[in-house]
Amino acid sequence: MSVNVDAGRSTQAPLPPRRGHARRPQGRGFLSWLDLKAAPYLLVSPYFLLFLIFGIFPLGFTLWYSLFKFDLTGTEEWTGLGNYTALLSDSAFWNAVVNTLGMFFIATVPQILLALLLANALNKRIKGQLFVRMGVLLPLVTSVVAVAVVFTQLYGRDWGFINWMLDWFGVDPIDWKAQRIPSWIAISTMIDWRWTGYNAIIFLAAMQTIPKDLYEAASIDGASRRRQFWQITVPMLRPTMIFVVLNSTIGGLTLFAEPTTFYGGNVHGGTNSQFQTVSMFIVEQGFREFDYGYASGAAWLLFLMILIGSLINFLLVRRIGGKK
Amino acid sequence: MTTLTAGNRPRTQQGRKKADLWSATPWTKIVLAVTIVISAFPIYWMLVIASRTNKEATDIPPPFLPGGNLGQNIQRVLSNEDAHYLAGLTNSLIIATTVTISVVLISTFAGFAFARLRFKGGKVLLLLVLVTMMVPLQQMGIVPLYRLMVNLEWIGTLKAVILPYLLNGFGVFLMTQYTEQAVPNELVEAARVDGASTLRIWWNVILPAVRPGMAVLGINTFMLTWNDFMWPLIALTPDNPTVQVAINSLNAKYGTDYVLIFSGTAMSILPLILVFVLFGRQIIGGLMEGAVKA
Repeated sequence: MSVNVDAGRSTQAPLPPRRGHARRPQGRGFLSWLDLKAAPYLLVSPYFLLFLIFGIFPLGFTLWYSLFKFDLTGTEEWTGLGNYTALLSDSAFWNAVVNTLGMFFIATVPQILLALLLANALNKRIKGQLFVRMGVLLPLVTSVVAVAVVFTQLYGRDWGFINWMLDWFGVDPIDWKAQRIPSWIAISTMIDWRWTGYNAIIFLAAMQTIPKDLYEAASIDGASRRRQFWQITVPMLRPTMIFVVLNSTIGGLTLFAEPTTFYGGNVHGGTNSQFQTVSMFIVEQGFREFDYGYASGAAWLLFLMILIGSLINFLLVRRIGGKK
Repeated sequence: MTTLTAGNRPRTQQGRKKADLWSATPWTKIVLAVTIVISAFPIYWMLVIASRTNKEATDIPPPFLPGGNLGQNIQRVLSNEDAHYLAGLTNSLIIATTVTISVVLISTFAGFAFARLRFKGGKVLLLLVLVTMMVPLQQMGIVPLYRLMVNLEWIGTLKAVILPYLLNGFGVFLMTQYTEQAVPNELVEAARVDGASTLRIWWNVILPAVRPGMAVLGINTFMLTWNDFMWPLIALTPDNPTVQVAINSLNAKYGTDYVLIFSGTAMSILPLILVFVLFGRQIIGGLMEGAVKA
């Protein structure tokens, strides 16, 4: 830094390239060029260097690998789109797709409704505001695997807390892991427990920017609180809703830690893969079967799913409260 | 206008109505109380089981209060030969700290350039950052990254899990937004006229102003890195794990030894809870501020 400042003062900087002189009458030379023209690029270069190595390179190679057939002996053979056609007719892959979409749906819809409700409650005048907000956000600061372990125990068939509670209402013990829908519900509650409070805080932030006049006017016109919530709050939250829904889409479609932990750290996702997600399928194919090509193809199909899912959700959310 | 009138006449009917609109109803209180109980319960339950014996953990009705076996159970976790728990805890601390410092620095540099320096291609590069935020790089790049690490003979080393995490588009985006809002352009130009170099402007003008943004990004990055599971599970070996991988080993090998596993999980969330209790106000403030700007 001090070198730069000195160079600016002294009239004879070492090796001043002429271009610099020609452009700037004061003539700060190479260092000045470095400071003004090159500095922005230098400042962003660490990010883009990493992006090249850990972003572009893997993405490109995943595409390249997906065109080859790998086997356990380590040989690679060109198959073109063979992996993709095989994946699209592989019932195990479709099973993972259905599971991923199913859990995404079961988890996300109640989560967003609950988050809205919770944000609305947080937006009222309450005592101990910070304490309440911290309580709501507490699940976010626990670790995913730890939470999944605890929930797995809570959902235990024989001594689980949840079956014990259900017993009060005369419900027979449910084998949460063994069947498809119960396992989806169990995993969805883990996700919702973690993210509902976070989304509520995001919604709350957006709610606080809605002009209060709108509510005053509405209440003078005799609109009930419920009506105000659906007619004013929800439509005004649309930009935030898009953020939250897209976030949930990406997170939900790449689900991995919860279902893996639910089955004791195994990516098979239950005896019949009844809760194996696409991410788990990718890991199973790539790192248990060592079929890198197949796993890479599945990764690209997952990406396609995320793009389509994001687009659909984006269009859906835009319609909330009518088109504007 | 309307607000002004309402504010000037707090005792009119209008004023009272405004107060009613934002007051907590019993329904509000119930919703909040239930939420807090549900939020806290699994964590409380973790402590209850971690301080009991395995026999008590499977009692019907379940135990509701902590027992006296916590110390003993923690001992068992730390001395467990399959989990390498202490190594995992240390590794997670090293990884999360290194990643956090690097990401915050890299993002602050890039955010400064994107927000307050004009350069050719800057807009396009920023757009590129935004687009890549949508790509789930972890899933998309897992196979080539694994093979790269195998070729470099980095599998099982901390380098393998630190380097890929330094790529954080969200950080660059956040710091760009934050710098734009916290540092007026005039300030940068004034410093420039005074003859300050770019680096000096970064150090003397930008850095002091964006510190709160850096804190939010830092806490966020620390938590995400601490929590990550999929890539460490593949890139590390069980004898040199992260804390999540160590818990996974316990969970996989001692499935019904609940007190052992729960003591492990309880210790793994302790650092996060501590950070949260200390910086809760800033975390929530930053989250809400970021939500409105994004």
